[in-house]
Amino acid sequence: MNHALVVTLLASAVAYGTPLLLGGLGELLAERSGILNLGLEGMMLVGAVVGFWISQSNPGPTSVTLALALLGAIAAGALMGLVHAIVTIAFEANQVVSGLALTIFGGAIGLSSYLASSASLGGQPGHHQFQPIDVFGLKDLPVVGPLLFHQDAMVYLSWALTLATVWYLYHSRFGLHLRSVGESPHSADSMGVNVAAYRYVHTVVGGAFAGMAGAYFSLALTPSWADGLTAGAGWIALGLVIFAFWRPGLLVVGAYLFGLVTSLGFTLQSRGVKLPPELFAALPYLLTIVVLVLVSSVWSRRRLGAPAGLGQPFRREE
Amino acid sequence: MIRLERRLETPRWLGVVIPLASVLVALLVAGVVLLASGHSPVEVYRSMIEAAFTAPGAFSATLVSATPLVLTGLCAALAFRMRVYNIGGEGQLYMGALGASAVGLALGGLPGPVVILAMILAGMAAGSVWAAIPGLLRTYANTNEILTTLMLNYVAGLLGYYLIFDSNSFWRDTTSPSAKVFPQGKTLADSTSWPAFHLGAVTVPLGFVLGVVLAAVMFVVLRSTKSGFQLRVIAGSDRAGRYAGMRTKRAIVLVMLGSGALAGLAGASQVGDFSHLFDPSGLQQVSYGYTGIVVAALVAFEPLPLVLAAILLGGLINAGFTLQGATFPQGLVGMIEGILLLCVLCGSLFGRFRIRMRPAAAGAARTPGDRGSAGEDRPLVEEQEIPILASGSEP
Repeated sequence: MNHALVVTLLASAVAYGTPLLLGGLGELLAERSGILNLGLEGMMLVGAVVGFWISQSNPGPTSVTLALALLGAIAAGALMGLVHAIVTIAFEANQVVSGLALTIFGGAIGLSSYLASSASLGGQPGHHQFQPIDVFGLKDLPVVGPLLFHQDAMVYLSWALTLATVWYLYHSRFGLHLRSVGESPHSADSMGVNVAAYRYVHTVVGGAFAGMAGAYFSLALTPSWADGLTAGAGWIALGLVIFAFWRPGLLVVGAYLFGLVTSLGFTLQSRGVKLPPELFAALPYLLTIVVLVLVSSVWSRRRLGAPAGLGQPFRREE
Repeated sequence: MIRLERRLETPRWLGVVIPLASVLVALLVAGVVLLASGHSPVEVYRSMIEAAFTAPGAFSATLVSATPLVLTGLCAALAFRMRVYNIGGEGQLYMGALGASAVGLALGGLPGPVVILAMILAGMAAGSVWAAIPGLLRTYANTNEILTTLMLNYVAGLLGYYLIFDSNSFWRDTTSPSAKVFPQGKTLADSTSWPAFHLGAVTVPLGFVLGVVLAAVMFVVLRSTKSGFQLRVIAGSDRAGRYAGMRTKRAIVLVMLGSGALAGLAGASQVGDFSHLFDPSGLQQVSYGYTGIVVAALVAFEPLPLVLAAILLGGLINAGFTLQGATFPQGLVGMIEGILLLCVLCGSLFGRFRIRMRPAAAGAARTPGDRGSAGEDRPLVEEQEIPILASGSEP
């Protein structure tokens, strides 16, 4: 039963969807504060390489090493988020170009490749990997076993973070302030909310999530390094935030839907279906376009979701 | 206390100082990274300048990299000025190479000038078609072009791989001995090679000449024609353009088509000037499309100085190729490009604001209402309109 095609497919959809979920959550938080972060792809790549580097060079036991590697990836992503925050908040620079600059800086011909080549990580087999955990010994339950009770620690972490984000956004005072900063920074400011501080914190946290998402590639999905490892997952996560109307609940649905499409190619190929691999590889990108068109043309008339202050620099009138 | 005062106009000298200072800061920051990873920055930079500009033949090699960068830079400049964020120059370049090589292969028997002209047109057309998709989606379905252009880059890359590596397409060479070992594209006939011009010891490819001509054309059109004026108005405010009876949707589609044509021409030049075959993996390794954005942003999207920026970054990329290995770590090119862009962005603050050191109370003399009058020539400052969900074209 648990080896049926559908179950394998769904289980790997969760795996491929996890970095999209983590990256998407980070982007969602940043965009809710009014900062568009197009540097997501670059932050994910740097997070991935830093995580992998630590996991390869740390001599300790697997659990400690993986925890350190994850922390390193988070720190790297947060640092890049801080750069984006300084450039777009303190210097009021164009958010689109700043994000692109960070993606080029960290990307496949930038810092991630630099770090990987100076530590000669390329081609090394990974020493450590996040392994599925058999929670409560329930992994053999039909269907739900492999899906809910036999995932790796980072998947459970992503679920916890999603719940935390929902609570934070909708049930905490900070979340209320955050949403007001994103919708109308000037009103928030006149209510005594420190707009710049909210934007800094959430852009940095967004970067930390992106670093974590990148680490999922190099520590869980494919424990190895190749330049451009994330293959556009950061950009797809950006599209997912729009698809989800900036709501974490819908983001989960979107992330696993895209995870499913990605895993479809791999699963069908491993079962001997003969179709050009490029076609499967192109599916997530094509689906992103289709979804964006649907969301923007059909549903945008209801004006759902997009924080009204997104992309607007804030400067208090003196 | 430090205060920022909004400037009414950006002084001209800042347009020169900001890019230059940015280059210096970028080299300094990258130097720190080099030091931290055990390289000598002085040594690396010395060999970079040598490999890019001063060694015999170095400048010709730099022009080889600068050629696509002028064109992809113009592609980004045209679109970004209009706040149409076409990040798809990369994919449009692949499609241009695909189109130009198809025409070159099909018409190989015709006289050279005819084929070359056909290749140029085919490359531009293919780039335009690829850019038309996100352009039409933006205007008629309100779809954010940043993400659609980007997704199409990946799709174009995969299409190229499919045609050469996983199919027996028209572009793939299936007969020559080397192609049996490793898949490659069919080589075009000698008559389809684009001519190059020789200025002393320097070889100038036809693509570079076309790029310089097009930069001049863009400068003149934007500055002194009616359509250029309309573009400037729409760039400043979509709403004002519509109010004045301008067809803003059509303008955005046309900008996208023109922008795609420029990147497509860069792709055609890759085939006609240099590789003489369709080489998807070679095109993807260099990512000239993305670098074009850096080139354009470095000079605030002005077409004429853009040529110089293209030569500068062409030199950087050329040095990257020539020195690859122990002295020049992989990934340095992208890092310097990224830092450069961030510095230019931060520097533009000084174009918009004047920094004053004086007590806070004295600042009250500011004229009210000077907010938002930062000049219509610089679409990328002030009130950024970022079309993340809807493009703002619905009233």
